[in-house]
Amino acid sequence: MSDTLLKVRGLKIGATVYPPGEKPHDIDIVHGVDFDLERGKVLGLIGESGAGKSTIGLASMAYGRGGVKITGGEVWVNGRDVMKSGLKDIRKLRGAEVTYVSQSAAASFNPAKKIMDQVVEAAVEQKKFSRKDAEQRARTLFAKLGLPDPDNIGERYPHQVSGGQLQRCMTALALCPEPDLVVFDEPTTALDVTTQIDVLMAIKEAIADTGVGALYITHDLAVVAQVSDDIMVLRMGNTVEYGNTDQIINNPQEEYTQALVSVRSIEHEEKPPTPEPVLTVRNITARYKGTNFDVLHNVNVELHPGQTLAVVGESGSGKSTLARVITGLLPPRDGQIDFAGRTLSGDLAGRSLEDLRELQMIYQMADTAMNPRQTVGTIIGRPLEFYFGLRGDEKRKRLIELLDEIELGEKFMDRYPAELSGGQKQRVCIARSLAAKPKMIICDEVTSALDPLVADGILKLLLDLQKIENVAYLFITHDLATVRAISDSIAVMYQGRVARYGSKSEVLSPPFDDYTDLLLSSVPEMRLGWLEEVVANRKMESAGN
Amino acid sequence: MHPIVKLVAQRLALGALLLLAASALIFGLTEALPGDAAQAILGQAATTESLANLREEMGLDRPALTRYFEWLGGIMTGDMGLALTNKLDIATSIQSRMANTLFLAFWAALISVPLAILLGLIAVRYQNRWPDKMISGVTLASISLPEFMIAYILIFFFAVKLFWAPSFANISPSMDLLDKLHAIALPVAVLVMVVLAHMMRMTRAAILNVMQSAYIETAELKGLSGFQVIARHAFPNAIAPIVNVVMINMAYLVVGVVVVEVVFAYPGMGQYLVDAVVKRDVPVVLACGVIFAAVYILLNIFADVVSILTNPRLRHPK
Repeated sequence: MSDTLLKVRGLKIGATVYPPGEKPHDIDIVHGVDFDLERGKVLGLIGESGAGKSTIGLASMAYGRGGVKITGGEVWVNGRDVMKSGLKDIRKLRGAEVTYVSQSAAASFNPAKKIMDQVVEAAVEQKKFSRKDAEQRARTLFAKLGLPDPDNIGERYPHQVSGGQLQRCMTALALCPEPDLVVFDEPTTALDVTTQIDVLMAIKEAIADTGVGALYITHDLAVVAQVSDDIMVLRMGNTVEYGNTDQIINNPQEEYTQALVSVRSIEHEEKPPTPEPVLTVRNITARYKGTNFDVLHNVNVELHPGQTLAVVGESGSGKSTLARVITGLLPPRDGQIDFAGRTLSGDLAGRSLEDLRELQMIYQMADTAMNPRQTVGTIIGRPLEFYFGLRGDEKRKRLIELLDEIELGEKFMDRYPAELSGGQKQRVCIARSLAAKPKMIICDEVTSALDPLVADGILKLLLDLQKIENVAYLFITHDLATVRAISDSIAVMYQGRVARYGSKSEVLSPPFDDYTDLLLSSVPEMRLGWLEEVVANRKMESAGN
Repeated sequence: MHPIVKLVAQRLALGALLLLAASALIFGLTEALPGDAAQAILGQAATTESLANLREEMGLDRPALTRYFEWLGGIMTGDMGLALTNKLDIATSIQSRMANTLFLAFWAALISVPLAILLGLIAVRYQNRWPDKMISGVTLASISLPEFMIAYILIFFFAVKLFWAPSFANISPSMDLLDKLHAIALPVAVLVMVVLAHMMRMTRAAILNVMQSAYIETAELKGLSGFQVIARHAFPNAIAPIVNVVMINMAYLVVGVVVVEVVFAYPGMGQYLVDAVVKRDVPVVLACGVIFAAVYILLNIFADVVSILTNPRLRHPK
């Protein structure tokens, strides 16, 4: 047998789409892709959403999500063309020769079954191992992947382990039947940065120990640089560039690859504090109704007019809760919020129309923050009517102004959210909050759901608008690159407390406290060997364990 | 205490409270109806005097609240009282009729529940193909026809034309099981047709809903076959909604069989209740109503508990 594990030639993938108001028709997702993967090697597939990288990964298992189907080309696995195999042969391939690790282990584990039953299922069903041997192998893998209590963790249900642990269980599930090829589909994207490192290291070592070949799919070039031998850059179903990792990272040939490598090029000069902060959060302590522990402890921060305060932390650190307290959705147990020279009521019901107008919010999911049955004009026009009573021509004039400010223009007025791209939707949400002429906007992970290049565009827009409108941003994010790009001051949150607070230059300069050090060092860097280096130098355990 | 024991105890207590409220409601409603048992017995021609005499004799002249609490006190000690109209002990009369109703419901359930779930699974496996469409079509047709209509159609073909089964489903304790089953064949068939569609369609919808989950994709990518994926990974997560709809239909089999019992002249609770309402025999109506309410509440508690038990988050807290 040759050493080529996976050979793909001229792969074309299509799907039937059902756009509203149009006849269903076929579209092409992948337009002819070629690559080879040798036994024991790792190929990184990288690209933005819609690049077709997951679709290509699943094609190696002859699987298409929804109406997706392979329309042309060849996919050879272990010397057999899966395109010419019957369903029975394909079933023997899936779960035995090729296995899959998905982005969200939490959704991909059956909530009604124990972890062990699910991890060994494919190996037993495909007659690779007896149930007893498979369980033994699973326990060995649990230990190898650094899971706590590897002998008994399989007896738990998926909801009884953390997200990072479940992602490792998913890796064990994929490795248990001793496959030749594992497709990793964004396996660390849903994890916090500090947890991501542990899982990444576990996956890398497991690949090396078992000698399995892997397709590693991600949108994060810095991550893929740590694990893969070769990298293929994809864009809209086409290969942009294909080469070994060193060449792609250090010497990219194509313009698009260069843009991906150098993303986050925004420079932002830090502004000094003003005498009069627009927002002062004093000694805020808060807990959720029906619970008996505080999720915020004695939080103190300030935000100055026309500046940006970045609130950074991992999931569960309390950063979104802080936003809920400031907006009045969660009345605090203790403490006080001063805004624009007055003290705000802790309860939403106690706030005036003026309070509501001057404090706006933009959300992570632009999709769900807009009514899908209203046009862009109606969505942005609503605050104009509600706060300023604008009607007719006056309203239309202001609408056009706002649409120009977000670089979309008048022609978008009558479109529906479904007709917009992710970045355009977020721009509409920005315009809606600006329409109220606020003094301050809370931005809750506004770029997390966007591709890096699109996210960059949104951040640039926010900074430009800040200069024009002199609006302050409270910017909640888990992404440190974003923090570096746009903030004037930073609050690092950890377990409901502000662990570090000050101007950007202060917070990001040593000496660091242990947590900030862990957080900063966990951000993937685009150079080879970074992962091993950072794991060797860590001072504390990541919060996800 | 284990949270599940606590939960079951809570539900039972709540059920008892509900039952009390139901009995008060039934009593109030029968009081609110025009006329009473005395008037029903004596008819239109009764004089005011004879009515008053009969009322006194029956105890109907006392305040409604007194009578309700007397009845409530009786039922707490297991005494359902005597029927107003024929002075027979209600508990004895109900016993055999309840047994007959349960007998009918039992056989209808035994056939309809497994059949509905099996048909639901088949419909999912062959979704949007001909088996699915045929199952959906036939069950929809049977649910769309009123039950007395189905009953008369079945009687016409199987009793009148083919002589396969009797049109009067009369059973007595002296009959052996096979004779009894033969007697109730047609009413059971009607009940099965009435409840089948609802349960089957709910099974189909619940499983299809689960089939959208990411863990179904995981199962498919393990190389499992279509039926393995449905039975092993989809069905366990669809049990809660399925049990709920099954229990609602079980309750219907006991409580809602009035029409079928009347059409087939079956000696069950339904007919007894209808008779009692006509005669304004409040103690009998109350007894029947409370028993029906109890069955309904118990089955719903059962469905609740089962759907909670199938949720691993509640069975195995963190």
